[in-house]
Amino acid sequence: MLRYIGRRLLVAIPTLFLVITAAFFMMRAAPGSPFDSDRKLLPEIEANVLAQYGMNKPLGQQYVDYLAGVAKGDLGPSLKYRDKSVLDILNENYPVSLKLGLSAILIASIVGVSLGVIAALRQNRMADNVVMAVAILGVCIPTFVTAPLLVLVIASKLGWLPTAGWNDGALANLVLPVTVLALPQIAIISRLTRAGMIEVLSANYIRTARAKGLPESLIVRKHALRAAILPLVSYLGPACAGLITGSLVVEKIFNLPGLGKFFVISALQRDYTVVMGMVIFYAALILVLNLLADLLYAVLDPRVRLA
Amino acid sequence: MSLSATASAPAVKGRSLWDDARRRLLRNRAAVASVAALALLVAAAAVGPYLVPFTYDQVNKADVWLPPLTGGHLLGTDALGRDLLARLLTGLRVSLAIGLVATLVSLVIGVAWGATAGYVGGKLDEAMMRIVDVLYSLPFIFFVILLMVTFGSNIVLIFVAIGAVEWLTMSRIVRGQTLTLKNKEFVEAARAAGLGRTAIVARHIVPNLLGPVVVYVTLTIPAVILAESFLSFLGLGVQPPMASLGVLIAGGASDMELAPWLLVFPSLVMVVTLMCFNFIGDGLRDAIDPKDR
Repeated sequence: MLRYIGRRLLVAIPTLFLVITAAFFMMRAAPGSPFDSDRKLLPEIEANVLAQYGMNKPLGQQYVDYLAGVAKGDLGPSLKYRDKSVLDILNENYPVSLKLGLSAILIASIVGVSLGVIAALRQNRMADNVVMAVAILGVCIPTFVTAPLLVLVIASKLGWLPTAGWNDGALANLVLPVTVLALPQIAIISRLTRAGMIEVLSANYIRTARAKGLPESLIVRKHALRAAILPLVSYLGPACAGLITGSLVVEKIFNLPGLGKFFVISALQRDYTVVMGMVIFYAALILVLNLLADLLYAVLDPRVRLA
Repeated sequence: MSLSATASAPAVKGRSLWDDARRRLLRNRAAVASVAALALLVAAAAVGPYLVPFTYDQVNKADVWLPPLTGGHLLGTDALGRDLLARLLTGLRVSLAIGLVATLVSLVIGVAWGATAGYVGGKLDEAMMRIVDVLYSLPFIFFVILLMVTFGSNIVLIFVAIGAVEWLTMSRIVRGQTLTLKNKEFVEAARAAGLGRTAIVARHIVPNLLGPVVVYVTLTIPAVILAESFLSFLGLGVQPPMASLGVLIAGGASDMELAPWLLVFPSLVMVVTLMCFNFIGDGLRDAIDPKDR
């Protein structure tokens, strides 16, 4: 097990390296520089600024320097936010995105699995049809449609919840963004659970369990569910990628101080180091989550042996 | 649709697999209704802009913020007095076009990549699919955003960027199918007849991949439309005054307190379009690959 984890982490290094390389050169190929502003800098001053950030060296040398920094855990200073390093920005803002993302995935899993199980147990009946119709809607209504509509109705017209803002993560401020983030995931998770459950319920070992005279609720909870949510576990990685994408929109609409906001702004402002820092952060996050998903898979399915 | 065209082609009477598939598809009411609705939407996007007496970028300072059904504007106007119906039809056209072209890009890359990896096999297969695995584990939206920032948001780049993201799943599906196909007798016969690798892949493998590929294409188009709208929403996709569904929704969202119709109508069109594609995709999957039923 430990050896497996170690090897997976080793394999992750070249992947990260690729990500860093691609992002670095793409960012630098973009026209413009972080020091462009309305007032043109004097050439001497500009040269000084460039020299201060090591940007007067050849690009290849800068790339090597950057890699060396990353290897030491130093992501460099932000080029736009004076007096802040990239690590400061990540540290200050990732808790917001994390809280949003984790709440959303937790709620989506609980609601989605419950709905999926109900649909599977009532296959082709009313409850099933309702759940599946809702699931299709959930997949088809994008985050940037649900978010403004919910704000318009629940926050603006009815005044039940605040329209935007973080307010130190108060519950009332969390409800709408988390709902918006969770909805598409609920849709996908309930479909996956339903499909898995229907397949599992016709398996031989479930028939055996029934023949033993176990109560149906126990069969569903202990025997079927465990196998039925396996496809869900492998969906975890893509789900998190989806949440990251979603949170770019949600953080913008609800004006939340998360990381998502920084990415687009920093990319547009050519804040090279911040963009690189975020790409590395998210790529590492996804790699770790994929590893966790595989480990969880092995725990749930005794047939899978990690080697 | 290409499916029915293929199904009616054989001269010999009899029930081919495609006949069965068509029969099953026609029994699926949601899918049939979606085909009809989608046909209407496509027709509206194609000819609609010529029938509306306004153009999508026609500014009219006298008629700003008109609610629907006033001043000759069926769906009202926006902050610049532009007719929403004209913008909506143009936006739908742009979104559909991006959906189709980007899907085509992903189709070409995905089929070529997957079929090659699957048919050649061995070390090459391993290396090619390893690349796909690595790309899968990246936060792709970031790279699309970087691409847009790097090269500026022009429409051709949107096609390429989104298409280049969406080919991964396609290549996996195609590879899996190719692996099962390549040991079939007809491929062996072609090999015995002295056909080269390229010819076998192009003439015998790829045409037989059609079923799963058609299904996945219908599911990729809505994904692409979503991706484009997402970019437009962040201000990185289609640039105003040009319209796409994403541009319109983004604009509507910022003006929704004052003019809710600017958000509601584009959202509605977007949701209906995506639902049609999803129902058709699901219906095709059930029809072509009935083992899930």
